[in-house]
Amino acid sequence: MKYELARKIVLPMLVFAALIGVWSFIASVVENFPTPTSTYIAAFGGVDADGNEVTGVLADPFYIANDDDKGIFWQILASLERVFSGFIIAIIVGVPLGLMVGMSKSAQYAFDPFIQIFKPVSPLAWLPLLLFIFQDINMTAISTIFVTSIWPIIVNTALGVRNVSPDYLNVAKVLQFTPIEKVRKIILPVAVPFIFTGMRLSLGIAWLVIVAAEMLTGGIGIGFWIWDEYNNLNYHHIIIGIIIVGVVGFLLDLIMGKIADYFDYRKKGRA
Amino acid sequence: MADQKFLHLENIEKRFHIPGKPDYVAVTNVDLEIKQNEIISIIGHSGCGKSTLLNMISGLDMQTGGYIFLQGKEVVGPGPDRAVVFQNHSLLPWLTVYQNIEMAVKKVMPELSKDELKARVEKFVTMVNLDHAKDKLPDEISGGMKQRVGIARALAIKPKVLLMDEPFGALDSLTRANLQEHLMRIQQNVQNTVIIITHDVDEAVLLSDRVIMMTNGPEATIGEILEVNLPRPRDRVALQKDPEYTRCREAILSFLYEKFAKEDE
Ligand SMILES: Nc1ncnc2c1ncn2[C@@H]1O[C@H](COP(=O)(O)OP(=O)(O)OP(=O)(O)O)[C@@H](O)[C@H]1O
Ligand SMILES: [Mg+2]
Repeated sequence: MKYELARKIVLPMLVFAALIGVWSFIASVVENFPTPTSTYIAAFGGVDADGNEVTGVLADPFYIANDDDKGIFWQILASLERVFSGFIIAIIVGVPLGLMVGMSKSAQYAFDPFIQIFKPVSPLAWLPLLLFIFQDINMTAISTIFVTSIWPIIVNTALGVRNVSPDYLNVAKVLQFTPIEKVRKIILPVAVPFIFTGMRLSLGIAWLVIVAAEMLTGGIGIGFWIWDEYNNLNYHHIIIGIIIVGVVGFLLDLIMGKIADYFDYRKKGRA
Repeated sequence: MADQKFLHLENIEKRFHIPGKPDYVAVTNVDLEIKQNEIISIIGHSGCGKSTLLNMISGLDMQTGGYIFLQGKEVVGPGPDRAVVFQNHSLLPWLTVYQNIEMAVKKVMPELSKDELKARVEKFVTMVNLDHAKDKLPDEISGGMKQRVGIARALAIKPKVLLMDEPFGALDSLTRANLQEHLMRIQQNVQNTVIIITHDVDEAVLLSDRVIMMTNGPEATIGEILEVNLPRPRDRVALQKDPEYTRCREAILSFLYEKFAKEDE
């Protein structure tokens, strides 16, 4: 047990050290590439190589200088707001649609070809069209997230419905359940874990997409911030941005996974 | 209400459409009258159409010819007056034993008060001796216990007919005997009309008032009907020496393995 724990701490630290080594090597080869130390200072504050006092990006995440210059916290928040707006609309539209496609052969025949065609389209391909329609950065970003998130939700919801054993449906028939009772008492309990799997997938992709979308739309948001720092030649901040995006994405997935487990009858009440 | 015409099957036929092939006539010409509180079993080789017949009585499937009447009313679809015990129990895995039964009772008897509902569910949990397991999920109990819950759930909605499709087929022989005892004891207390499909000759004789023997498909039909004139309660050990028991067993065995032997089994 103790040995296992030690491995879990020591091994990642070895990899971390190796990463820092590779990074230092790249920094020594590529001109102007930020070193690990200078990046650390850029993140948490200190005195940089030129002897200037630096406030770190993470040391003061909440500042608001003006509308175009806000701390990193506000950038992340702006991105998260867009992701969740699009994601929630996608759930509201996608779950009922998925239930329909799963329950009715006619709905399946009607929608399936279009789902199959639109699902593999990169969400960024929609972006210019959506920008043209809305002429608004925020609406464009949200609707891009919507078209990103909706497909896995529809597909997984329908899959969940098809996973309902015909035996359970026979029980519903013998008891003469109304269609609503059938959905509530038989179909949803089976489909909910699948729906959450779809939502988890969607949220993961949405977080990937928002960074790219914001680079294209500009304004505010972590994606735009990274791009902006590139234009400002603040290469330290790009690396800090990447790490932030990774950590936030990881946390989103973790939380979504916990929520999914909570609603999964197969993982509940098992001691 | 004439008891003789409690459940009446009239010239039942079931054909299946198979695309690109001629229709497959699974069963045909089935006429049967079942009395109230009678236990009958249907026996026949695999594929002869036993499940098909039961599904038509339950209304989960429609016959393509003929009529089924229950107490003079035509059967046109599934309903709680014909409860089904499925071979694979089909308990909802996210509900406990208690909740599985409760869900059925709640739906079929919405007029019950909270206390009456609880009393009724508990009565049927007790009837199948599952008080100790009532808060367990189906995955946490044995196959035999699951099947008992299935029986309790079916009986709790006070059906006119209890339909069982090989209810004990998936169980080992000791558990199977145990469940047969359960069923006979319950039947002794609450009279029910029961139709039970089985592959097992001893089970058929032990449980039934009459045994319906089906010929082989396609176009399977009722070959013979055997009356089992054994008094109840029946004791499986004592029966072994009873000449009537022996006669019944032999009649079924001779039907299945001499008159309608199946070559390809
Ligand atoms: N949906 C269907 N389409 C076509 N043929 C079917 C269908 N359902 C059943 N059959 C055929 O009807 C016949 C009777 O099937 P059924 O399931 O009623 O047999 P059974 O007597 O219950 O057999 P077993 O003892 O194996 O359960 C079989 O030959 C089967 O292949
Ligand atoms: Mg069968």
